[in-house]
Amino acid sequence: MTNVELQKHIDNWFTDPGAVKLEFSEEGSQFLNISIHPDYLHELMWSLKHNKETHLDYLFCLTGVDWGKELGVVYHLESTLHRHSLVVRANVEDRENPVLDSVQDIWATANFHEREVYDFFGIKFNNHPNLKRLFLTDDWEGFPLRKDYVDEVNMVVK
Amino acid sequence: MHISLNSSNIIFGWLLNFMPATAVGIIEMVLIALAYLTLFAVLGLYLVLMERKVAAWFQLRIGPNRVGFQGLLQTMADALKLVSKELTGTVKADKFLYNLAPYFVIISSLMALAVFPFTKNLQAFDINIGIFFLIAISSVGVIGILLGGWSSNNKFALIGAMRSGVQTISYELSIGLSLLTMILITGSLQLSEIIEVQKNGWLILQGHIPAIIAFMIYMIAGTAETNRAPFDMAEAESELGAGFHTEYSGMKFAYFFLAEFINMFIIAAIATTVFFGGWLSPFGITESIPWLGIFWFLAKTFVLVFLMMWFRWTFPRLRIDQLLTLEWKYLLPINLVNIVIMAVIVWLNLTIQY
Amino acid sequence: METTIVNNDFKSEEYFINMGPQHPATHGVLRLLLTIDGEIIKKVEPDLGYIHRSIEKMCERDSYQQIVHLTDRMDYLSSHINNEAVCLAVENALQLEIPERVKVIRTIIDELTRIASHTLWWGVMGMDVGALTTYFYGFRDRELINDIFEETCGARLTMNYNIPGGLMYDIHPNFVKRVKSFIAHFKTKLPEYDSLLTGNVIFQKRTKGVGILTKADAISFGASGPVGRGSGYSCDVRKHHPYSALDKVPFNEALQTEGDSFARYLVRIQEMWESMSIIEQLIDNIPEGDYNVPTNAVIKLPKGEFYQRVETARGELGVYIISTGTKNPYRLKFRSPGFSNLSLLNHIAVGGKIGDLVATMATLDLVIPDIDR
Repeated sequence: MTNVELQKHIDNWFTDPGAVKLEFSEEGSQFLNISIHPDYLHELMWSLKHNKETHLDYLFCLTGVDWGKELGVVYHLESTLHRHSLVVRANVEDRENPVLDSVQDIWATANFHEREVYDFFGIKFNNHPNLKRLFLTDDWEGFPLRKDYVDEVNMVVK
Repeated sequence: MHISLNSSNIIFGWLLNFMPATAVGIIEMVLIALAYLTLFAVLGLYLVLMERKVAAWFQLRIGPNRVGFQGLLQTMADALKLVSKELTGTVKADKFLYNLAPYFVIISSLMALAVFPFTKNLQAFDINIGIFFLIAISSVGVIGILLGGWSSNNKFALIGAMRSGVQTISYELSIGLSLLTMILITGSLQLSEIIEVQKNGWLILQGHIPAIIAFMIYMIAGTAETNRAPFDMAEAESELGAGFHTEYSGMKFAYFFLAEFINMFIIAAIATTVFFGGWLSPFGITESIPWLGIFWFLAKTFVLVFLMMWFRWTFPRLRIDQLLTLEWKYLLPINLVNIVIMAVIVWLNLTIQY
Repeated sequence: METTIVNNDFKSEEYFINMGPQHPATHGVLRLLLTIDGEIIKKVEPDLGYIHRSIEKMCERDSYQQIVHLTDRMDYLSSHINNEAVCLAVENALQLEIPERVKVIRTIIDELTRIASHTLWWGVMGMDVGALTTYFYGFRDRELINDIFEETCGARLTMNYNIPGGLMYDIHPNFVKRVKSFIAHFKTKLPEYDSLLTGNVIFQKRTKGVGILTKADAISFGASGPVGRGSGYSCDVRKHHPYSALDKVPFNEALQTEGDSFARYLVRIQEMWESMSIIEQLIDNIPEGDYNVPTNAVIKLPKGEFYQRVETARGELGVYIISTGTKNPYRLKFRSPGFSNLSLLNHIAVGGKIGDLVATMATLDLVIPDIDR
């Protein structure tokens, strides 16, 4: 499906797209971008994979981003059947205790990728079976890839 | 003790003139033991060198070529290095067993060396249960491996030791049965008599088809018995680090290492004696020069040693369950059938003799 | 270091063993926490981070030219392809018109890199299943490729030959001749690989039916490269999202459907043949022209997000650049193939023996710096 068709198709899933903050955009990106309210993330993701029309069964990238005010996760999806791609984003404003729903029950690869995001951004994932530090040690303080992370000893900033 | 080489007889006869017979006997034993120890050390070192050269040849390399002419002193230098190395070990190891284990391995292979007839006269210990003695002694070595793996308090070592135990118990059967097949022809367990029988043709020829099958089974089981690739489950570098000797260093490690090579020599020497006529020359071409027997014996043995090295550097390693499948489901039944065939052949006098 | 091992569901016969970080089979500093019952694997839990350098964080303070040099420290066996991924992303963002010559040379070196990486893998694969000789055969042929690289760009492993806009220098005059003679040499040597290892009964017994990954699982776990293709999952980025000169070259995607270790092995062997055919098609027709297009000394990407996918020797590498219009990326994410491939290890290794784990891990072809980044 083309991006326009995808957008039309997905728009129909929610009776009130405004309430779930479903937004589409193609600006500054080669993919169709969908952003969604974190509470509805899992529902949308489940449909994206299991709907026959979208069939986005390959999560090829899962990125944590510190947007300054918000923390977000960007999911890059591809369909191995229809060969169309899609990007889903979900942002959380709470920097102290950011929580998103885990999608590792939908794509198994998310298990490790979410642990990586937790490790570097401190975003917690609900229903993740093994959410603990992946690269860093358990006693590491702070989340290094956040923009406000300071480490006088290990970071060399030019 | 039967070392009836003329020179030694002269020396001991001369000693008897002014010493009691017991003392001469003890001196004789000590001297022979020392001779065998030296042989053992030199043999071990040069087998290591040979393996390295063979490996290099298989692997498009040159191999050791810096220490001494063509690297001939390389393993000597290695041995010196190992002697000078610190003996490390784990803190919680069972110290007594940990230190004991290498000696089990080395002594068992040293004892086995005693019974081989290198020529008609050069044999330290010609007992009438030669083959039986060899089989019994070669199973003692595994106790050392088990002890070493268990006492060093390392899980990798323990896994290696248990694998080795399983493997040796299984393949002991095949070794015993394949040799038993040949003993049906010779009718004797004594190594010197086994060679006497072969004056009418080596046993692998006399026994033709079942003998060849027995030889193949013997070589497979023998390779497994020495824990060498493709049956090096006990070490399995890529799986267990170094297996049972992970925690050993310096000379203690060297004992394990040397014992492996001596065991390989022993397996090949048994095969030479039982299948290929020991020190007998092919078709008796050098029968008039008895001391050439040692040349024929070593030549045949080293060909078989080379065969085992060939296995090692070309085959991948088996998995532990495949190893056991091979023994219990294939080699053992084939072996049992083979014994029956051999018995029939001997009974009907179908052996080939010239 | 981490000492807490969360394994409360131990059964009494099970025990725990540390494979790595210094272990011959983990090819670097990967630590696997194994729960074992006798010889049977019950659970594999990778513990990563022993070689983590936080390349993604370093990228946020570096210019785009500098970032290229960081990438060949990730998957050092496909360094050229890693460099290319970043360069392509930057070039696409700047909408630079890259000369055909650059595209062809990049593709040829990509495929040489792939062959070099696969020969090394083949040697190590043999070593992991206990056949030590393969290692030297693999290295014999890899050495020739490294020599070609050395002549052209001065480096053998971490090449840094790509820059945003093209190549750093033109190819060496000998390049074409030597690549041709290598292809002629390797065509006679690759069948040797088959006769030494592929056809060996023990090797087949060790790998067939071991570590089976179904197609559905491969997609779900994000498997890519030969790991995915061994399960019949067509995931070659070169086919589906062609880059550089790959859209002009016909080639077959190596596919096997069994999904076991042997299938992954065959895919890589087949890929070496395919890579040779790609090189053969291109090597005679390297177009004349510039070897790069000049860029500004300070590259500023327009505001936006850029994603570039390439196929390294291990699978799909993704470079995700979020730019705010400055000279540094706001966020740069590397989607490394090894990371996803490692995550499925537990899934396919459980139930096998220790030897199976080692053989399976060898066919995943993990490069630890690629996972740890």
